Amino acid sequence: MFGKLTWQAIPWDQPIPLVAGSVVVLIVLAVLAWVVIKGYLPYLWREWITSVDHKRIGVMYTLLGAVMLLRGFIDAIMMRSQQAAAFRAAGYLPPEHYDQIFSAHGTIMIFFAAMPIVIGLMNFAVPLQLGVRDVAFPTLNSTSFWLTATGALLVNISLVIGEFARTGWLVYPPLSGLPYSPGVGVDYYLWALLISGVGTLMTGINFVTTILKIRAPGMSYLRMTIFCWTALAANLLIVAAFPILTATLAMLALDRYLDFHFFTNEAGGNMMMFINLIWAWGHPEVYILVLPAFGIFSEVISTFSGKPLFNYRSMVAATMFICLVSYMVWLHHFFTMGAGGNVNAFFGISTSIIAVGTGVKIYNWLFTMYGGRIRFATPMLWSMGFLVTFVIGGMTGVLLAVPPADFLLHNSLFLVAHFHNVIIGGVLFAAFAGITYWFPKAFGFKLDEGWGKIAFWLSLIGFYVVFMPLYVAGLLGMTRRLQHYDVAAWRPWVLVAGIGIIIMICAAACQVVQFVVSIRRRDELRDETGDPWDGRSLEWATASPPPPFNFAVLPDVRGEEPYWEIKRRAIETQQLSAEPKYEPIEMPRNSPTGFITAFFCTMTGFALIWHIWWMVGLGIVAAYAVFVWFAWRDVTEYSIPAEEVARFDRARRQAREQWLAQHAGQPA
Amino acid sequence: MRGGVGTVKQLPDSRSAVVTRPLQRHAVPCRMSAALIALLSVSGCSGGVLDAQGPIGAADAKILLNAVGIMLVIVVPTIIAILAFGWWFRASNTRARYRPEFVYSGGIEVVVWGIPTLVIMFLGGVIWIGSHDLDPFKPISSPDKPTEVQVVSLDWKWLFIYPDQGVASVNELAVPAGIPVHFSLTSASVMNMFFVPQLGSMIATMNGMVTQLHLAADKPGEFYGQSAQFSGDGFSDMNFILRAVPQDGFAQWIATARQSGSALDRTSYLALCQQSSNVRPFTYRTVDASLFNAVVNQQLPPCPGPNIEGPGATVRPRLER
Ligand code: HEM
Ligand SMILES: [Cu+2]
Repeated sequence: MFGKLTWQAIPWDQPIPLVAGSVVVLIVLAVLAWVVIKGYLPYLWREWITSVDHKRIGVMYTLLGAVMLLRGFIDAIMMRSQQAAAFRAAGYLPPEHYDQIFSAHGTIMIFFAAMPIVIGLMNFAVPLQLGVRDVAFPTLNSTSFWLTATGALLVNISLVIGEFARTGWLVYPPLSGLPYSPGVGVDYYLWALLISGVGTLMTGINFVTTILKIRAPGMSYLRMTIFCWTALAANLLIVAAFPILTATLAMLALDRYLDFHFFTNEAGGNMMMFINLIWAWGHPEVYILVLPAFGIFSEVISTFSGKPLFNYRSMVAATMFICLVSYMVWLHHFFTMGAGGNVNAFFGISTSIIAVGTGVKIYNWLFTMYGGRIRFATPMLWSMGFLVTFVIGGMTGVLLAVPPADFLLHNSLFLVAHFHNVIIGGVLFAAFAGITYWFPKAFGFKLDEGWGKIAFWLSLIGFYVVFMPLYVAGLLGMTRRLQHYDVAAWRPWVLVAGIGIIIMICAAACQVVQFVVSIRRRDELRDETGDPWDGRSLEWATASPPPPFNFAVLPDVRGEEPYWEIKRRAIETQQLSAEPKYEPIEMPRNSPTGFITAFFCTMTGFALIWHIWWMVGLGIVAAYAVFVWFAWRDVTEYSIPAEEVARFDRARRQAREQWLAQHAGQPA
Repeated sequence: MRGGVGTVKQLPDSRSAVVTRPLQRHAVPCRMSAALIALLSVSGCSGGVLDAQGPIGAADAKILLNAVGIMLVIVVPTIIAILAFGWWFRASNTRARYRPEFVYSGGIEVVVWGIPTLVIMFLGGVIWIGSHDLDPFKPISSPDKPTEVQVVSLDWKWLFIYPDQGVASVNELAVPAGIPVHFSLTSASVMNMFFVPQLGSMIATMNGMVTQLHLAADKPGEFYGQSAQFSGDGFSDMNFILRAVPQDGFAQWIATARQSGSALDRTSYLALCQQSSNVRPFTYRTVDASLFNAVVNQQLPPCPGPNIEGPGATVRPRLER
């Protein structure tokens, strides 16, 4: 009846996961109870869960990412403390547990923390910056989000029911094959990523379509913000790369479930095929994460320097250059598999060529600051921290792209330091910069700058204290994923990294405090103008938070920095443009399709993991039925009457009149 | 992967290799690394990959340091410029000139594409030459006949077979110092990576395939070796000591090995095959000469994973301790 699922699936004998799991379950139940008792459930259902508004979906994506970031961070704390304790000792985490933790850490951080935050920020900002009302396929967008949440949920269920993969975050076979990993851990990994991967692919299709097809009048390609360009590049990469991931993992699932032999040792299977395929997705994936991050920094640096982005076209070219070349470098992840001089040399050189595009970007940011009038608000601090940190991470990346150097450093803590250097310094700093930057747009009040700055400095220092020692440990030959070790020379560096994680904990605490303090002080931090940072692109042209339809009238774009120009015109002429004629606006209706589909997909995934075949069938049929039911709908949109639109926009115009009065006679 | 799946690559006859490069350590003085960055200097003198004890490790490390040097030439000024521009153009600095119209410069455009391109072209040369010179499959030129060692990674220990001497050892590797060693490597189960940091290049071991690696130790000494590819629950103990000994010491080691321990034949291999971790080093008196090829050809099937008979083993298998 319940397949492999018995009471034994719960780790009664292992106190750490049991206690951790119970605490999480309790917290979730408490939150649910609070929501129900307070009567928030209908509101949540109507306004958030079934929402197809790109801004709401963006916020939910970011929130999911932030929560998973915390979960992944707790894993990180456990790993650092285990290694600090496990010098010629067993530490407190046995291998079968430690191995799950580092596998879950990598999986969660990439797929369920970094990706959702990046996709969340794209969701929030891209349609606003393009000057439009929504993405191309709003309900699909909601479905994408809920499928991502399904994946995150499955991974977290493995904490209390069964186990997670113990193979590392890319489940290399044959270790991940059935003979060497007979448990359910790899199955959790596979179904979580197969399901959420479909969601991500749909996001890619959605955003490519949106950016190519839906832009405000006058918004030609070369007037789009760099964030929109990098979003385009990242989504093109998603569309091309995620099918590879899905196919590869599907093949591994066939190996495990139906005794296929794609990647097994026997019967002609070839594990090198898996490693090639997974990196053919994996390298583009790192650029899927970092390109939008570059976009965020471009917006922030230009805004806070009070200047347009330097060499805009060169920036666009560099973005598309990276997008293309990132497909031709995957082999640098396994130079040590013995492919031979020619192959290694080719991929080494192609990899370092990517650094040219990245270098160009760095210099363009540098010259954006040159001649600027730089305000060091929190988003700008994150950007400065990024510039310095990323240059170092890029350098160690290029070093690893030199095959003879990689022969010494592959899979060492040096490698670990490299990719944290670029992912924390690049993607995570961008996430924090982006969240602080767009928070007032989303919620109508700024985040507390004091706590934000403390959080920044602690994160920056904490990052260096954790990861610089890991570079050294790597040079001393320390390999990654060690549950315990005996080499005395490594110990001091591991200990310093352990101290660094304490600083990071303080940094994370400050971030949380920042949110709490800001919410409590929201009236003081309120942003009435809709333009708290003196912004340049269209998202600042509407109220904070924007109305569901974003713009009462679609903006007429005449240059690269539409809102900056609108502001300049207003100041020059000392008046706002004439009040437009308001018309009713059609907006897509909310829909529970995404949520219900995801519910049944979760059921299917869980049933597949535990071999509960009847439930698999039920889940698939139900998920499909929801889709058919949605496809059959008659009413797809609702109309916002012209008076309503006018009311919104007049209030907004009033705020802008006030702003104009303050800027009377001031040069633009 | 050269050699292909399930095929055994003919081991190259090392005597035919042209003797052009004397076996000599390309010294990487600690001084040099110290001049680069403090981090490197710290690790350069204490048993890591920069403290190379053989020609391959030294050549790898030299390329590593050269590459860092080349890149620092642009990285350091860039970082300084970032901090300097940020500081000078801060909004509160009234002496800095605000130039909002400075948004394009053809000259700068050429420079920002040109300089990284030049650096990468230079580095590309280093990569091209380095990849070929230091290909792990490439024999080390030396007048001496290399010592042959066949390596089999097992869950979770290393088996070293000396085909010419007819002995084998587990988790302990003795080689004559000053003479190249030719490793032929495979795996009995999952993928691993054979790595002795102070001797240089690592290489993967995979079931059904043979990879090759040429290393040498300049002087007698003990060097830490490990797997650099995570391979399961017993991975952390999958390390060994590589002992480089003087030539007569090596002969003596072989002689001792021949006198003690059991015989490594197919039956005892199957016993060794079972998962076990933290295995104390030991030696085999004799070894079945066809064993390595039998593992590679899968005449001996891949070693088993965890026992799945026990309760809950297909849910959460546990390492037996
Ligand atoms: C300047 C550009 C970069 C270069 C030249 C570069 C180069 C490399 C190389 C050669 C490796 C493989 C090393 C090895 O396995 O031995 C590697 C690993 C990695 N890089 Fe980068 N990298 C760059 C930027 C990035 C960025 C921007 C990210 C992410 C946002 C990133 C994330 C990673 C990750 C996650 C791994 C290791 C994954 C694993 O083995 O688990 N890299 N990088
Ligand atoms: Cu890569």
